[in-house]
Amino acid sequence: MGAIIEIDHLSKQYGSGTRALDDVSLTIDEGEIIALLGPNGAGKTTLISIICGLVVPTGGTVRVGGHDIRSDWRAARKLIGLVPQEIALEPFEKVINCVRFTRGLFGMPPDDAYIERVLRALSLWDKRDAATRELSGGMKRRVLIAKALSHQPKVLFLDEPTAGVDVALRREMWEVVADLRREGVTIILTTHYLEEAEEMADRVGVIAKGQLLLVRPTAELMGDFGKKTLTIDLDAPLAAIPPELAGRDLSLSADGRQLAFDYDTRAERTGIARLLGDLAAQGITVRDVSTRQSSLEEVFLSLVSENAA
Amino acid sequence: MSSINWRGVGAIFHHEMTRFFRTIWQSLASPVLSTVLYFVVFGAAIGGRIQSVEGVEYGAFIVPGLMMLTVLQQSVSNASFGIYFPKFSGTIYEYLVSPVGWIEVTLGFVGAAATKAVLIALVILLTSFAFVGVHILHPFWMLAFLVLSALGFSLLGFIIGLWAKSFEQLQIVPMMVITPLVFLGGAFYSASMLPPFWEGVAKLNPVLYLISGFRWSFFGLADVPVGVSLVAVAVMVILCMAIIRWIFATGWRLRE
Repeated sequence: MGAIIEIDHLSKQYGSGTRALDDVSLTIDEGEIIALLGPNGAGKTTLISIICGLVVPTGGTVRVGGHDIRSDWRAARKLIGLVPQEIALEPFEKVINCVRFTRGLFGMPPDDAYIERVLRALSLWDKRDAATRELSGGMKRRVLIAKALSHQPKVLFLDEPTAGVDVALRREMWEVVADLRREGVTIILTTHYLEEAEEMADRVGVIAKGQLLLVRPTAELMGDFGKKTLTIDLDAPLAAIPPELAGRDLSLSADGRQLAFDYDTRAERTGIARLLGDLAAQGITVRDVSTRQSSLEEVFLSLVSENAA
Repeated sequence: MSSINWRGVGAIFHHEMTRFFRTIWQSLASPVLSTVLYFVVFGAAIGGRIQSVEGVEYGAFIVPGLMMLTVLQQSVSNASFGIYFPKFSGTIYEYLVSPVGWIEVTLGFVGAAATKAVLIALVILLTSFAFVGVHILHPFWMLAFLVLSALGFSLLGFIIGLWAKSFEQLQIVPMMVITPLVFLGGAFYSASMLPPFWEGVAKLNPVLYLISGFRWSFFGLADVPVGVSLVAVAVMVILCMAIIRWIFATGWRLRE
């Protein structure tokens, strides 16, 4: 599928001199789900805010569906739905009227059948006549999603969709996103939760200090960094790895008391059982075992710290 | 102009009017009550001593001033609150990310604020019929002045709402500027009743031109030529629109 968002050398410098975004370029394909990861103040929200029209960039261009967001803003904005980080709703307005209002604002003719479908999909139909202030935090967030979807956007921005929501609701949000993916909506989400990015995104972009450090397919990233290390504490120290155990990804600690074995969690055979069997056959007594995963979180943290160095 | 998002204008207008009709009794009760009080105090108590101004019964003479007082106060407060509330609640983001520009937002908010103000002024006119005999000499011009004044001051209120950073700031301009200007603008007297020096000072007050023109449409009496009144209100509308356009173009107090 073709590109729906083309970000070219985008920069944002605030009056105070803070460089919130520094020469960011990124192309997002139609139907793709991309997660933007980064610590607080990394520039994730600034990036989203520029594309949506909330913040004026100081350099670079963005095109949405081929429309420049500055010169052809009406056409560009029609394609976009935004679910903001902060819950902002008219407290006294009914849920259904909030959603109808947004649809009107985007210049779409009334379509109650579509709005019913959106509200049902988000489990809000029963609450359609409730004032938004009567809703729980999770429901309010879903109302924001319903509003963002009210004009049938091609691109949906979710700014920290699960910030401050409980685990059950987080799962629910993931399901909503999965449904939207099936309908072909392009989704750009920002998150602190790596689990969330791993769960939902086709690609992950890491942002720190206003720079896009990397963008890679989630599966590829997980393949590279989804390896685990099995650490085996030995009862008695070894002088060297016995030749019978050679030929595998095994290393011995300096004091000879620990063996480290790297393996791929997704491989059909990890080789753990065979290794433990071979150790027993060699008369090497195992005191304890532990595993450690080089998670996306570590990748992320190491990238951020490399960048800071 | 064909690129105007009229559905967007309609959505904002409808949304604002819904709030008005949701609290219709509060919206109407307060201005009607204060009008009745003005009639009792100015019309009955003071009017008994003044009898008539330039041949018009005093009770009737103050009707245009009372209507104008309400129109200006309602226009400013409706329009300023209308745009300030989304800023306060955070829902302003919706207006900034949707395909509506300054023209749609202004037409929606200001149109609704002016409509509300005109409706309330007409209710006050009906109320005044219960107290005094009012004859309107030029009904078309009466409506024209009413609508133009409502538009002008709704635009001003809209600017105040865009500028305000707190509810206190939202209140300060209507309280400190609009109300004194209306009282000093000849709402309850003719500028010609003032000593010559103060008559000259009064003519520096833009509201005098509105009230004068409006009173002319009722009784054919004016402190200043009607053409000048019309030009004054037209200049106000154009100036306010230019300021709003600038605010949206630069994103002042709206965008970062």
